[in-house]
Amino acid sequence: MRVLLSGNEAVARGCYEHGVKVATAYPGTPSTEILENVVRYKDDIYCEWSPNEKVAFEVAIGASFGGVRTITAMKHVGLNVAADPLMTSTLVGGDGGFVIVSADDPGMHSSQNEQDNRYYAKFAKIPLVEPSDSQEVKDHLGTAFEISERFGTPVLFRMSTRLSHAKTPVTLGERVEVPRKEYAKDTSRRVVIPAHARRLHVKVEERLCRLAEYAETTPLNRVEEGEAKVGVISSGIAYQYARDAFPDATFLKLGMSYPFPIELVRRFAARFDRVFVVEENEPFIEDAMRVAGITNVVGKEKVPLCGELNQGIVRSALVGAGAKVTPEAVPPRPPVLCPGCPHRTTFFTLNRLRIGATSDIGCYTLGVMPPLEGLDTCLCMGASIGNALGLEKAIGRDFAKKMVAVLGDSTFVHSGMTGLADVAYNRGATTVIVLDNSTTAMTGHQDHPGTGTTLMGEPTVKLDLIALAKSMGVRHARRVNAYDVAAVRQAVREAVDSPEPSFLVVEGTCVLLERERWGPALVVDHDECVACGLCRRLGCPALSKGEDGKTTINPIFCVGSLCSVCAQVCPKKCIAPPDAARS
Amino acid sequence: MADRVTNVFIAGVGGQGILLASEILSAAALARGLDVKKSEVHGMAQRGGSVVSHVRFGARVHSPVIAEGEADVLVAFEKMEALRWIHVLKPRGRVVVNAQEIIPSGLDEYPKGLDAKIRGRAPDAVFVDALALAKEAGNVRAVNTVMLGAFAAFLDFSDDEWKRAIQASVPRKTVEMNLAGFALGRKAAAGR
Repeated sequence: MRVLLSGNEAVARGCYEHGVKVATAYPGTPSTEILENVVRYKDDIYCEWSPNEKVAFEVAIGASFGGVRTITAMKHVGLNVAADPLMTSTLVGGDGGFVIVSADDPGMHSSQNEQDNRYYAKFAKIPLVEPSDSQEVKDHLGTAFEISERFGTPVLFRMSTRLSHAKTPVTLGERVEVPRKEYAKDTSRRVVIPAHARRLHVKVEERLCRLAEYAETTPLNRVEEGEAKVGVISSGIAYQYARDAFPDATFLKLGMSYPFPIELVRRFAARFDRVFVVEENEPFIEDAMRVAGITNVVGKEKVPLCGELNQGIVRSALVGAGAKVTPEAVPPRPPVLCPGCPHRTTFFTLNRLRIGATSDIGCYTLGVMPPLEGLDTCLCMGASIGNALGLEKAIGRDFAKKMVAVLGDSTFVHSGMTGLADVAYNRGATTVIVLDNSTTAMTGHQDHPGTGTTLMGEPTVKLDLIALAKSMGVRHARRVNAYDVAAVRQAVREAVDSPEPSFLVVEGTCVLLERERWGPALVVDHDECVACGLCRRLGCPALSKGEDGKTTINPIFCVGSLCSVCAQVCPKKCIAPPDAARS
Repeated sequence: MADRVTNVFIAGVGGQGILLASEILSAAALARGLDVKKSEVHGMAQRGGSVVSHVRFGARVHSPVIAEGEADVLVAFEKMEALRWIHVLKPRGRVVVNAQEIIPSGLDEYPKGLDAKIRGRAPDAVFVDALALAKEAGNVRAVNTVMLGAFAAFLDFSDDEWKRAIQASVPRKTVEMNLAGFALGRKAAAGR
């Protein structure tokens, strides 16, 4: 049967068909839907959201030691978190086939940087497989498992946003069960004390030579003959753009671009006066060619290095043809905190109290938008607490009254816990605010150790954040209701005034998970409203300025009394549920 | 370059059902045995941001995205989004616009004069009051099938092919309502 699958759905289908037994991940756009779809096969595949990518990686390679086919999936920056086990897993290898799916985000649709994770394959000395559409995703995944098992190596499987989220036709197949290899203790390989690791490094280099020979002949790398006397080398999604831009060219399509098949490429390049290299982000292929002394290459001096490509960009860069169109200037439509979002009270409070915030990555990062403008820094997952402590150590202890760390519940579990331990241990006075909405909201509501439910839908223990903070030695640790404006204000004041580290959990379930509790929209009594505009300082999309300068509430957006934060901040108390307003 | 690829670019605001509309269009093309590629923007769509979906179909499709100046049809579920994406349209491409206005966050009032600007770049643009027609079909959430009906006029799928694609893509209990929305949208666009 032929169906349309996104690249992420195709990874999941590939896991099912190729006999995978264990799949792990931490959610992150554009990779999130991989595990969300693998879990559809939970009768055959154990799936988990791990607390972070490092743990996901370690569970996966542990399962591979256990002799079964395993994947771990993460976004590009997630692999930075897992880089420590990655760099040594290359020495240790796996037993059951072990594939690391890494989804890059060229164009930074939902990311803080644009790193090209192909370099991780080279850095870790492991094979790199790059599919170009959903059918290839499913098929190449099978080949990646075969490579992993044949050579005893982890394999890096590179996706990218456009591949992950585009739907293209896929022919479905049946699951093939792969028998589990018997586990046997093997300390000389799996325990990397220096004496073992020195020997293993030599083996990795030998393995790399054998993999390089394989790359020269694998069907993953193929020549597609064309009519024109133009040669193009490409890989991944960029191959599709190049095929559109050069319909008549002869192509060398690289599905396995590390180890680099240099002889194949050299023979190909020799057939043409000029060879165009079309690749997204960094000159990974081009550099390998230049290092090998191949000089008839046209690549990054023409093809953009920054941002996402498409066939139009490739065409105008390399052929000089392309549409000359000027976009119309239109007001931006930026993403903002949702109407009724429980995070809003905290940012409003910080704004009113003139307290800055170091942030992490999540929905709450939208608190940077006007009018809340609640953030000073945002570096990576887990950075908020360390950044706040660093600022305090640099500027002085009193600065802890002017700068708090904010992060979400999922992020706190991901990599905030160690930061909090550091604040307590190194005698900071930092205030840490966990915006606890009981989910991983930004990526579409995934569970984590603080929610009480597993990816496979089973009830489980729920992490007690307050008890955790106290066990770290943070004595000032308390909860507050996100929708109680006065209580949040009081709690923030007490926290920043405390000479000790403070830990504040602002609790309010993500409003998108509370649809059944949404009530009728609040209304503004226009006779009482004095057009002060304070409520609109909340930045709620449901509130706008009417023609008379007074606030009006859009009934389609407002979630009603569940939130009522605007009613609480109104100095004239003229915002109320519709019934109360009428009486 | 044997068979031509048809490019349909759909734009709107998160929550309007853009992804479902492009799902239905893709299902119709796949059922006909064509190669189809569909690409959409994920991530922050629920938070009132601008959302787009690219659908390309033909004998053989390579890229899953439509380059600037290459869309055969631009379907805008919101007026300002029509203008935001009008540069994707090829010369003499067709435009269908939902007349609905959704004020972006941070703006106090909706910009004026958009209709004229849209007509300035696409004189044949068809404006449809999809929200009113969706209400007529029985549910404001049918805006997406109304818009689907409105741009169906510019594609050569039969009514039967559309019907089967809608049936395959929407929840069973909403099939009738969506078919009604489709018919109203088709009629409204054909009447221009």
